[in-house]
Amino acid sequence: MERVGPNVSQTKQVKQLDRVIIRFAGDSGDGMQLTGDRFTQESAVFGNDLVTLPNFPAEIRAPQGTIPGVSSFQIHFADHDILTAGDRPDVLVAMNPAALKANLGDLPRGATIIVDTHDFTKRNLDKAGYSSNPLDKLGEVDDILAGFQVQPVDLTGITVEAVKEFGLSRKDAARAKNMFALGLLSWMYGRPTEPTITFLERKFAKVADILGANIAAFKAGWNYGETTETFVVQYEIKPAKMPSGTYRNITGNLALSYGLVAAGVRSNLPVFLGSYPITPASDILHELSKHKAFGVTTLQAEDEIAGIGAAIGASFAGQLAITTTSGPGIALKSEAIGLAVMTELPLVVVNVQRGGPSTGLPTKTEQADLLQAMYGRNGEAPVPIVAPQSPGDCFAAAVEAARIAITYRTPVFLLSDGYLANGSEPWAIPSVEDLPVIDANFATEPNKTVTNAKGEQDTEFWPYLRDEATYARPWAVPGTPGLEHRIGGLEKGEGHGNISYDPANHDKMVRIRQEKIQRIADSLPPLEVDDPSGQAKVLVIGWGSTYGPIGAACRRVRRAGYDVAQVHLRHLNPFPKDLGEILKSYDKVLVPEMNLGQLSKMLRAEYLVDAQGYNHVYGLPLKAAELAEAIGALVGETEGREVNLGEHGLNLPADHEEAPNA
Amino acid sequence: MSTIDLPMPSLGTALVPTLAEGETQTAKDFSSDQEVRWCPGCGDYAVLKAVQSFLPDLGLRRENIVFVSGIGCSSRFPYYLDTYGMHSIHGRAPSIATGIATAREDLSVWVVTGDGDALSIGGNHLIHALRRNVNMTILLFNNRIYGLTKGQYSPTSEVGKVTKSTPVGSVDHPFNPVSLALGAEASFVARTIDSDRKHLTAVLAAAAAHRGTSFVEIYQNCPIFNDGAFDAIKDRDNSHALIPLTHGQPITFGVQDEATGLGDKALVRGAGGGVEVVDTASAAADAIIVHDAQNPDPSTAFAISRLTDAGYLNRSPIGIFRQVDRPTYDDQARAQVAVASEAVASKGTAEERLTALINGGDTWTID
Ligand code: SF4
Repeated sequence: MERVGPNVSQTKQVKQLDRVIIRFAGDSGDGMQLTGDRFTQESAVFGNDLVTLPNFPAEIRAPQGTIPGVSSFQIHFADHDILTAGDRPDVLVAMNPAALKANLGDLPRGATIIVDTHDFTKRNLDKAGYSSNPLDKLGEVDDILAGFQVQPVDLTGITVEAVKEFGLSRKDAARAKNMFALGLLSWMYGRPTEPTITFLERKFAKVADILGANIAAFKAGWNYGETTETFVVQYEIKPAKMPSGTYRNITGNLALSYGLVAAGVRSNLPVFLGSYPITPASDILHELSKHKAFGVTTLQAEDEIAGIGAAIGASFAGQLAITTTSGPGIALKSEAIGLAVMTELPLVVVNVQRGGPSTGLPTKTEQADLLQAMYGRNGEAPVPIVAPQSPGDCFAAAVEAARIAITYRTPVFLLSDGYLANGSEPWAIPSVEDLPVIDANFATEPNKTVTNAKGEQDTEFWPYLRDEATYARPWAVPGTPGLEHRIGGLEKGEGHGNISYDPANHDKMVRIRQEKIQRIADSLPPLEVDDPSGQAKVLVIGWGSTYGPIGAACRRVRRAGYDVAQVHLRHLNPFPKDLGEILKSYDKVLVPEMNLGQLSKMLRAEYLVDAQGYNHVYGLPLKAAELAEAIGALVGETEGREVNLGEHGLNLPADHEEAPNA
Repeated sequence: MSTIDLPMPSLGTALVPTLAEGETQTAKDFSSDQEVRWCPGCGDYAVLKAVQSFLPDLGLRRENIVFVSGIGCSSRFPYYLDTYGMHSIHGRAPSIATGIATAREDLSVWVVTGDGDALSIGGNHLIHALRRNVNMTILLFNNRIYGLTKGQYSPTSEVGKVTKSTPVGSVDHPFNPVSLALGAEASFVARTIDSDRKHLTAVLAAAAAHRGTSFVEIYQNCPIFNDGAFDAIKDRDNSHALIPLTHGQPITFGVQDEATGLGDKALVRGAGGGVEVVDTASAAADAIIVHDAQNPDPSTAFAISRLTDAGYLNRSPIGIFRQVDRPTYDDQARAQVAVASEAVASKGTAEERLTALINGGDTWTID
């Protein structure tokens, strides 16, 4: 196979594709996240629909060249609307042996592999656990890469050569190899280059030689594709037809942060975040700390408990209070969440879920904290739960969590996850005027007429006298004359709110707190049931980030000619009022989750339906093709017939039907 | 962006609204309608009375005063004061008060806590509140025992203490709260006694006036589970029990000399870098340490704090150990927000700026 060919211009072919999945993989120091991010921006600007899936090690700098040190970024982009980052990449860019080894198992046969041959040294092969160089065996009997389209390129070598004029050290020069790879892939898929050049100019504005080298490497990569004969096909993926509007690509953590800022603006309340750094939630703290001009105060507390403690204090003082963390942090905050339940103070508790239990898998995704959110406190301590379904949806979900918290005077869980946090998608930017207005409705005067000791009529402030419709208690903030009152963790007497140890009062208050949360359902819109034929007997129901894979799986099943219905829950406590009826109108209910069956347990308990689980806890999003097979099997069982999804399930060539070189 | 451009107030209550001309308040205005439920003879009563009669002196609007407590006998305190208040969870009051004080410059924020609440379960929040120097006053009621849970030893109980959980005596080395606070770089550290109303009130006044976290340890007798813990230092016949600290005065104590006004014992620099008690008569006049609470270097204050007995209390320095000016966390955090808000004041409404924010980055439009 030709390596660095002479720069003879070839007649290049252009092939049309409707979608492609590319995975960039390298050492965590190789800049793969940046490369993926730039390719994403280019694709977004080009107008494809896209979904991304970054995957990085828990260690900041895991040992170089090893499998644990591999960092990758997957992007799925298409000319139509898509829902997932894709199950299996059509193209793998592997910057070293470890990256090849770690990702090879995910590739369908026929996939393209572009490898940087430079790092395939004895030492690196050893570190990756290869006893011999697989690139030396291409075409031989023991070729482990047989069946793939392998493109070995000395990315590092060519990059160093291309940036020679900038006089960088060899190490610094080699660092630009990710831009070479980006340039090459950008050529292959006809991506616009200006966004990346502009980005580099901004990023390296102060270091001319590094800027020059990065741009040179990027252009060299593009030219390498254009001029050498190594790559003969260029692919075209037309822009997707998307609803009209202004779009940007956005990650879940950024959308969630913007949603919290927006909630502050729409409630006209200063925002207060009390937080302690934790993966994968820290970016929300970083982002919110930039928005002081919106009246946002961020306090990096001494620990998780102090983070929520300060937020509860700010809430008592009349601000929109937020605390952000991941599962282990929620465990520490539990007692304080109970205090917010008891004191009935507005508070948004963000849990960007990660693999558990304990420290678990800090950088991987999971949705196993649902029951923790639901029940993880002492006593009867109901807390509403809101879950976003995609990265962009984190914005609206954050506004909704704040709406519930403020309107009902309660802590609210916002359950994001690692996949939503770091994954991205094009987001139709909403108009600010269309966002709900949230009314803090502070108490301003006494609310109770009493007869005093002298038998005269008098007015008092009763902090636990409720709104008849919502059961919300008044929010009276310090500084309001005449409304001085004390609240705390001890049981409250109904209405007046003084300490009460009365058994009947306790029973009543437990029920009132529960009823208040239940009444949130009065404010929820009916569920959207996606049942295009109206004939489905099987309902697939999920929550959170599984929306994409479940939707994609249902599409596969329908394309294969079968009926299936889908419902996705944004509100997990309370459930929407029509959920019970919907569940009962289907013969079978399947609940795919990245846990061992937490929503299915809740549905079974609440509605006595035979909800069946589909459960994976790999720390990765569900795979649409596998899930489609499971749905298909249930459809077959329910309808009493053979179901064969053919190429829409796991059967070849489904997974790479659009593979560039197939 | 600079945060020091804005002038920072220097008085603890500087930004808290005060009573209008002619308006007055009395202790009764600060008493809530709740029945006080401490054990008869508990030292907490005396402190409550002192606080209720002292608060009107501040001249602040009652609705702008907030008391926050944790868990323990003393943490019932907020229920008995007719101000805003929160009886929170064990050990966390400093964190909640931090949120309140940071959110609102117009509030006078007080924390009431105990030795178990502040030094055991809430130790982390205490030291970080002191380090941050949030504008609030922390009253630590130290009775050297767990009262509410019925008599286990606390982190200030002496070694050897026999309690329900230490039937053959505690082997835990106790904290000296004042040393701890000084070590945590507190800007105001004082100690006083429940039974000395005058001293207590004077210390409270200084604590309230201080801008930053004022830490006040109050020796408080628990007649039920640790009766007499402070008897020796309260004994009027024992003139050597208390070492009163007054800023700018030579530190002497004991039997007063009519002519010089000095006590018969004095503090001088010790050989090991600490301080020593000597007979005043034998000390050179310029060797006696003059108390300097405003010394930026806390070393001497720390050395003085070490004169407190770690075992049964026979001797203890009281008064204001340290009072230095240091920017507060909340003033600076608010200044950052104010500076940023000021900078965008001409850039449209919040809605317009939000629109600009979410439309930032690379965008594209589909018709
Ligand atoms: S147990 Fe002790 S500290 Fe608690 S109320 Fe009774 S006397 Fe006071």
